[in-house]
Formats: sequence, structure tokens, C-alpha cells
Amino acid sequence: MFAYIVRRLLYAPLILIGVNLLTFALFFVVNTPDDMARMQLGAKRVTPEAIERWKVERGYDKPLLFDGAAEGAQKLTNTIFFEKSLRMFVFDFGRADDGRDIANELTTRMGPSLAIALPTFVLGLFVTVCFALLLVFFRASYLDFWGVVLCVAMMSISGLFYIIGGQWLVSKVWHLVPISGYGAGLDAGRFLVLPVVIGVIAGIGGSARWYRTIFLEEAGKDYVRTARAKGLSELQALFRHVLKNAMIPILTGVVVVIPSLFMGSLIYESFFGIPGLGSYTIDAINSQDFPVVRAMVFIGSLLYIVGLILTDLSYTLVDPRVRLE
Amino acid sequence: MMGFQPVVLWTDLLLFGLLGCILLAAWSARRSEPMRAAWGRVGASGVGMTSLTLLLIFVLVGLVDSLHYRERLAPAGVAAAETKPQLSTDVRSALDALAEPLRTRVEKTYSAPLAWQLFARQTVEGKDGSQHREFPRLKYGGAGLQYPEQDLAGDVAGRIATGLAAAAGVWLVLAGAVVGLVARSRRVPFGAGWRAVWRGKGGLAWRAMLLTLAGVLLLVGPVTALATEYHVFGTDKVGQDVLFLTLKSIRTALVIGTLTTLVTLPLAVALGIVAGYLGGWVDDVIQYVYTVLNSIPGVLLIAAAVLMMQVVIDTHPQWFETAAERADARLLALCLILGMTSWTGLCRLLRGETLKLRELEYVQAARAFGVSTTRILARHVLPNLMHLVLIALVMDFSGLVLAEAVLSYVGIGVDPNTISFGTMINAARMELAREPMVWWSLVAAFIFMFVLVLAANLFADVVRDAFDPRAS
Repeated sequence: MFAYIVRRLLYAPLILIGVNLLTFALFFVVNTPDDMARMQLGAKRVTPEAIERWKVERGYDKPLLFDGAAEGAQKLTNTIFFEKSLRMFVFDFGRADDGRDIANELTTRMGPSLAIALPTFVLGLFVTVCFALLLVFFRASYLDFWGVVLCVAMMSISGLFYIIGGQWLVSKVWHLVPISGYGAGLDAGRFLVLPVVIGVIAGIGGSARWYRTIFLEEAGKDYVRTARAKGLSELQALFRHVLKNAMIPILTGVVVVIPSLFMGSLIYESFFGIPGLGSYTIDAINSQDFPVVRAMVFIGSLLYIVGLILTDLSYTLVDPRVRLE
Repeated sequence: MMGFQPVVLWTDLLLFGLLGCILLAAWSARRSEPMRAAWGRVGASGVGMTSLTLLLIFVLVGLVDSLHYRERLAPAGVAAAETKPQLSTDVRSALDALAEPLRTRVEKTYSAPLAWQLFARQTVEGKDGSQHREFPRLKYGGAGLQYPEQDLAGDVAGRIATGLAAAAGVWLVLAGAVVGLVARSRRVPFGAGWRAVWRGKGGLAWRAMLLTLAGVLLLVGPVTALATEYHVFGTDKVGQDVLFLTLKSIRTALVIGTLTTLVTLPLAVALGIVAGYLGGWVDDVIQYVYTVLNSIPGVLLIAAAVLMMQVVIDTHPQWFETAAERADARLLALCLILGMTSWTGLCRLLRGETLKLRELEYVQAARAFGVSTTRILARHVLPNLMHLVLIALVMDFSGLVLAEAVLSYVGIGVDPNTISFGTMINAARMELAREPMVWWSLVAAFIFMFVLVLAANLFADVVRDAFDPRAS
């Protein structure tokens, strides 16, 4: 198992290099820095001097991959690829277009992102698993049928509708919580209730239906019948046997997203005005702040890879039969 | 004389091409017994045919909206008759022509559904030169009413009644045609045909289809009757009819939901099968590629690609003759980008299935007989994966339609000038803060989107149940 983890850890940088090459190709090869300068400077007829100045200010005046004019190792290091892409491996993200340090922004904005993403995730998982177990408990009854119908209807509603409708109902009609914003410390709570509740409700439809099929498959197996036959109540059989054994397929989908919770949610943070990484990303996209987008792509894929490794590890924890080799 | 010249946008071409492919595939599937049996199960399912009927209506609207043309401008003066006729820079579609009154009757700004007044007070100058603030009458909505306060309810009720009567007439004709066809194919008299349809013995779930059609017609009839005089769903900020905007949004949603598969399908099928069958370093490379693509958060990858594509479009204005072509290029590019980022799931699924198929006896036997790899893949592996491909395609559709709205909100969706559910929601979102609230464009967009996605989801479920061999 140790060897497996080491191998996976060695594979991770390979993936990250691939991600870097891809973003590099997207950001610098598809469009040259000159194109970007022209677009950022806006006007149709910008002078070549202005473009040159823009590139020097941001360090885009270097060759892309290889600098023939430089000496020794500088041939490779004095390039855009090294300066802008490879430096991310030591978490040096450089500066955003507005001059702020990206790494600094990342650390300060991680907190608010987690404050909304973590409760949504934990509560959402709890609620959907309970709902799915409830449907399985009443399987093949009207409750089950209409529950599934409800799930399909709920997953057909646009996520934006939940947010807009929730904000309208709870904040505008009932005046229960502020419509958006964020506060320091415990004050943040009243801002977080609404997005968390909406996030949980919006997620129920798709996941509950999926968990229900997994539970149903498990509940039809022989060992569950044995459990019932030896006198366990239906509830005990569900919680003690079905839930435990259905963990593997659930874990595949769930563990991998845990590290990505740091990234926050683009839509929720921007609708509710929460100063996390999600709204940072969305602002960067809207103002076409490419260094920030590149940094977020890197962080996002790093967290995803961590999630993949965690998924493998969690398998061995919940199922002793799985051995990583 | 006003003429017109057809314009074929790229998305039109691909959309009709895709339709042709589907018809061709359906034609060839007729010969395959398992395919016929599976589609027969879909056809016998009430839910399946209800959702299919709804989807077909959406598709019909989308296809009518995909027949584009440019009007020839009337030549100015006698001398101009000799020169080449000038084309309007406006690219219109057949839907625009059909809904001409909806498109052209633009009010000043917001007006509520079925209103005859503007939504906001404006300063109006009286006949004696005095100024006062009031809700001015609409230019078009309810313009035929002399005393709108008293006449509105009666006029609306009258129109609804006319619409319902027309809908009932159309439905009776359609139902009669269906029953007649069923009766003829079963060689029974008309009455017996009617009973067969009603008891679900017509082979297809005709009853579900006719009931759905009745429901749709009961809505369409009154709406059409009202739309000739009123703005049924109100108007938006610049006074455009919201009903017209929702109808136009359907095409955008369909294009994104279907054309994306043109990219996903070849990539996922080819790479998935090859990786699973050949194994070794080919498998490693393909797995590496999709792990890399998967590891980038979807929205960010789409954002990065869309931003870059926008730069390409912005720096090459000479490629596009009209604004419509530009918007169309962006729509197509969005489909390609969505496709590039969403093939990995299906690819992994197909790779796993191919790994299983590879070990089966009949594939082993084919290999032992010396059948070439390409032939094994095409004749023995691919046909046994088609049900997975089909299920994945139908399942993806609804997700893509929903994704478009979110992406447009983030600012990386369709061109801001393209009418889509996403741009409608985005434009209407700000108005929720107004007092009193402007709710109609949001509600109209959400309801249309909900019906489309719900129909797609239900149809996908029925298709999955019919084609998945694991299902009983």
C-alpha cells in the first residue's frame, strides 16, 4: 500500500505538468501576448509602444519556451513558460492584473469559501442519504414513487432558480436573513444560513435518486435477507448493513470533491456576495484577469488530484477487501 | 420586389446534419431486432411518449428557428435596379417571419403580462400643455381596446375562448388522423380503432401522446389568440416581447444540448474503445489525457477556453459578415469547448466496458480466427456499446441545457446578443430588486427551461430502462 501511495504521489506532478502545458497552450499559444495586450488595452488602434510597455510590465516580453539569446540555464528559465507556469509548483503565483499578490488573496479568501462550502457539503450529504434511505425504506409504495418523481422534478429545475427564488422568498418576502453579504467571525452565520440551505435543497434531487438506486441494489442482496431473517428490524438492516456496504460507490463520488471545497462555489459566492475564492474567480473571469484564472486552474487541479488519492485511501478504510497495489 | 437569400449558419448546417444522421440511424436500426425491441419498449411507455411529444414540439420550434435568411433591400431609385441587390445585414429566421408581430411590436420598456399600460410611470404632456405623471398606454399591447379598464377582462376571456375552440378543433383533426391510421393498420373500423388507441393497444402509447398534445394545444391556442393583441408574457427592459424571447431561446438550448455531442461522441467512443481494447501504452496515454482534462475544474477550463476564443473572434472581425454569424461562431465554439471538457466521463465508461468485452469468448474467437483489430472493434465491440452511448447522450442533454444558463450568468456562455435562457435570466435578475417586482421574464425562462429539461430527463430515464440490459 505504501508503494501504491508513493506511485500515485509521483503520478501527481505528471498530471500537474500536463495541466500546466494545457493552460500554457490556451493562454499563450492560441493567442500571443500581443493579442492579449491589444484586447486589454481596448482601443482598436493601439501603438506598438503601448503593447510593448504592457508586456514588459507583466513580464510577457520573454520568449515562450526557449530563449536562444540567454546564457546557460537561463535559456530555459528566462521564458514565459518557466516564469508564469512552472513557478506555480512552488506556489509562486505572481501578481494579479490589479497588482495584488495572488497567493495572499488565496489564503485570506479560503476561509469564507470553506465557511459556506463545508456546511453545504456535510449537511447536503446527510440530508440526501437520509432521504434516499427513507425512499428505500418505503420502496415500491406510493411514497417511493412520488419521492422519485419529486427528485426528477427537482433535478430539472435550474440551479439559478433555487438561488433567485430562495433569495426572493426568504430575504425579500419574509425578511428573515440579509439577502447577501458577509461578516467577520460569528456574525457571518446569519449571512451563511440561506446559501447553505439553498445549496442543500438544490443538490437533493440528483444525488438522492442516485443513492436510492445504489441502496436498492444493495438491499436486494442475500445478506440483507439473512439479516431480516435473523430478526433485525428493517431500519436496523438498512443502517447497519445496507448503508455500510453502499459506502464504496458513494465514496467514489464524495471523497474526491472534499479538497475542492476550498475552491468555493462560483455561483453561490457571487449571488450571496461572499468574499471567497469562488467570487474571486468569477471576478477574474469577468475582468479577464488571466494570471488569477491560471492560478485557480492550478490550485483546482492540485486539489482534485489530492481528492483522487484520498478516494483510493478511503476505499481501504471502508472495505478491508480492497488492497491497493 | 422584396426577395430573400437563404443564409446557412454553421450551427444550422450541423443541426440539420445531425437530424439527418438520426433519421439514417433510425432507418438502419429498423433491421436490428434488439434495437426494434428496445425502441418498442420506449414507444409503449406512456411517460416516454409524453416526454417525446414535448421534446418534438421543442425540436420543431428550434428547427423552424434554424432556417435563416437575409432580406433583399428594395433598391433605391431606378438606377439601382441594375446594380447587385443589397442584402439586409439582419439575419432572420423562419420563426422570426412567423412571429413577425411579436418581433416588431416593441414597447418602450417593461410591461406586465396582458397589460395595456407601461409598468413605470412616465411624464406625459397633456393636450393643454400641462405635465403629469401617469402610466402611459402601450403602443401595441391592448391597443384595440377603447376603454381598457372595463373591456380588458371581457376581451381576454373572449380570446381565450376562441383559442380553446381552435385548439379543440385542431386536436380533433389530429386525433382523427391518428385513430384513422391505427384503424387502417389494424384493419378495423374507426370505432374499434378509437377503442384500441384508448386502451393502449395501438402499438405505441398513442393515448399518452394525444393527451399531451391536447394539453399543449390547450395552452398554445389561447396564447396564440392573445398574442395577436397583447404581450402574453409581458415585455422586457427594452420592450421586447418575452414570449418571443422564450421561443428564440429554445433553439440556443437545443443547439448546445445536441451539437456538443458531435465532439464528445467521436472522442469518447474512439479513445475509450481503443484504450480498453489495446491496453498497454496506448491505454496509459489516453488515461493520462483524460485525467489531466478531468482534474481541471470544469467551469475554469471552459472559462479559460471561452476567454481565449473570444480573443480570437475579437481580433479577426473580417471572418464574419454579419453580427449573427459572429454570435453563431461563438455559440458553435461554446459547443466545441463544452464537448472537449465533457467527453471524459463517457470515455472512461466505454473503456471499462471494452475491458470486459475484450475477455468474452466471441471476441477471443474472432481474434483467434485472425480477424483484424479494426474489424473486431467495429463489428464485435462497438455494437455492444451502443446502448451505453445512446443512454449517455440522452442523459447529457438536460445537463447541458442547464449548464448554458449558469455559464451565461458567469459571462462565459453564449454571445450577449444571442437570445438564450441564460441571457434572459441574467438580464432579468437585476430587476428582482425593483419594487414592485418584474418577475415575468424570469418566470417565463425558468418554466420553459423546466419543461424542456424535465421532458429530456424523463425521456432519458425511459430510454435507459429500455436499453440497459441490466434492467429487468
